Amino acid sequence: MDADNLIRVEHLSRRYGPLHAVEDISFEVRRGEVLGFLGPNGAGKSTTMQILSGNLAPSAGRVLITGRDILDEPEAAKAALGYLPEQPPLYRELTVDEYLGYCARLNRIPREQRRAAVERAKERCGLTEVGRRLIGNLSKGYQQRTGIAQAIIHAPAVVILDEPTVGLDPIQIREIRALIRELGGEHSVILSTHILPEVQAVCDRVQIIHRGRLVFSDSIENLARQQPVSSLRAAFRNPPAAAELARLPGVLEAEDLGAGRVRLRFDPAGDITDALLERALAAGWRPYELTPESKTLEQIFVDITSRDPGAAPETRGEAA
Amino acid sequence: MIGTIAARELRSLFFSPLAWTMLAVVQVIIAYLFLVQVDFFLQIQPRLPQMPGAPGLTEIVVAPTFGNAALILLLVVPMLTMRLVSDELRNQTLSLLFSAPVSMTEIVLGKYCGVLGYLLIQLLLIALLPCALLLGGSLDFGIVASGLLGLFLLLAGFAAVGLFMSTLTAQPVIAAISTFGVLLLLWIIDWSGGAGGKGSSVFGYLSMLRHYESLLKGVFNSTDVVYYLLLIALFVILSIRRLDSYRLQH
Repeated sequence: MDADNLIRVEHLSRRYGPLHAVEDISFEVRRGEVLGFLGPNGAGKSTTMQILSGNLAPSAGRVLITGRDILDEPEAAKAALGYLPEQPPLYRELTVDEYLGYCARLNRIPREQRRAAVERAKERCGLTEVGRRLIGNLSKGYQQRTGIAQAIIHAPAVVILDEPTVGLDPIQIREIRALIRELGGEHSVILSTHILPEVQAVCDRVQIIHRGRLVFSDSIENLARQQPVSSLRAAFRNPPAAAELARLPGVLEAEDLGAGRVRLRFDPAGDITDALLERALAAGWRPYELTPESKTLEQIFVDITSRDPGAAPETRGEAA
Repeated sequence: MIGTIAARELRSLFFSPLAWTMLAVVQVIIAYLFLVQVDFFLQIQPRLPQMPGAPGLTEIVVAPTFGNAALILLLVVPMLTMRLVSDELRNQTLSLLFSAPVSMTEIVLGKYCGVLGYLLIQLLLIALLPCALLLGGSLDFGIVASGLLGLFLLLAGFAAVGLFMSTLTAQPVIAAISTFGVLLLLWIIDWSGGAGGKGSSVFGYLSMLRHYESLLKGVFNSTDVVYYLLLIALFVILSIRRLDSYRLQH
């Protein structure tokens, strides 16, 4: 296998009795890549995360972390892995320093490096000032950060974060996102979330899981580039009738949005911008706004997840 | 790694008032029962020289004290072990251990050793009581040592049962009650079939009390020691299996 593929998931399935929580999922994550894992509630995100982190055994398929099977060589695989579950696993009766010290020992960091590892994790997660406070007395945001610090303390090759920004205020969210981006430089990060802008802000690649199946996988770059523009929003100070606009060559449909605004849907094969502007100037419609509308991640997400369950799953080719 | 988990377990116990309260309460009650025995000894002491083969200070004071201590700890140990795994299940902190490079066996043994550490402290405090008798008399150290060994094995057995019960439920109180139930049943199981017969010897072997009594008398029989070791091994292995099964089915 490719040495730079830190995570490799092959045909993973997990059943709870008759319920297929995850069905035949395969993907890979390269070094230095941040993978966003999207899906509506109950789609199987957390189940996948739990399997990847060795907290749950798959019904079928296998998971390789840095080339080691998480079931066959659990200790070697887990040494290369940091995991933040949905509910951060914190001992409320310990202080942040004690807790992180314990995590450092659990992850077999040699005695002489432990202090440095704890300090570094605290610094990266902005915990330096609360080291001596009891975890139980910290605010939700600090508890979340302690959870992240726990996951990265042993500088694992793979970091798995399950909804890391839940319960944080907007400033903390920005800090955590910056941290995730920074982690992406040297580690592989898998991030599960249902906050779409978060994926666009920090991820290199996005995967959408729906009803236990992987239905979409593509890089964020491709997402922006490949989506053909197929509609335009225009605003006129002197608007014509929608029917008149619909007669323009290439326009399939014109929708009146009110207050001089119209949405024009057109054939993505040809751009209608020039024709529209020429016509508008000649007819004195006085256009003042023209916005191409591309499909956003949100639209893709809604399209995929609101599709009826019988529809065949569509998996786009991955960008190499 | 076992030591790391055991140390955290012990620390967490002593960070809460629970461990301190239990040490204090148990010690006060056992000390009182000890005094009652000393008082009894002082009453019958004048008559002892006339009796042939009369029991000594150790038999009259130390052995019953250890016997009573066992009964009190039967009540207390379930409350101590109930949180071991239940709390982690309830607070969903087990994933920290599950995603760390630690084996299931290490996790379970770590937790078990943490409780054993606490119980050793308790045992040390109890052992101080007979030592106080050295101020005014002499002891049969063979019986004291055998009794302490018996008490330790018994407590280790209690803890193993408690550990397993704690892996079964996320509710500490349920773990405590079921531990108490199992321990009490193992304590009194030889009451049935007192008339003899094949069944009664099996029940007699299963009884925790019977094996403890012979150790209290100073009779070191390997059958008794093996009984406790088997009991401990059985419940520790069951705990490991149980914890492992959390990954297989939720």
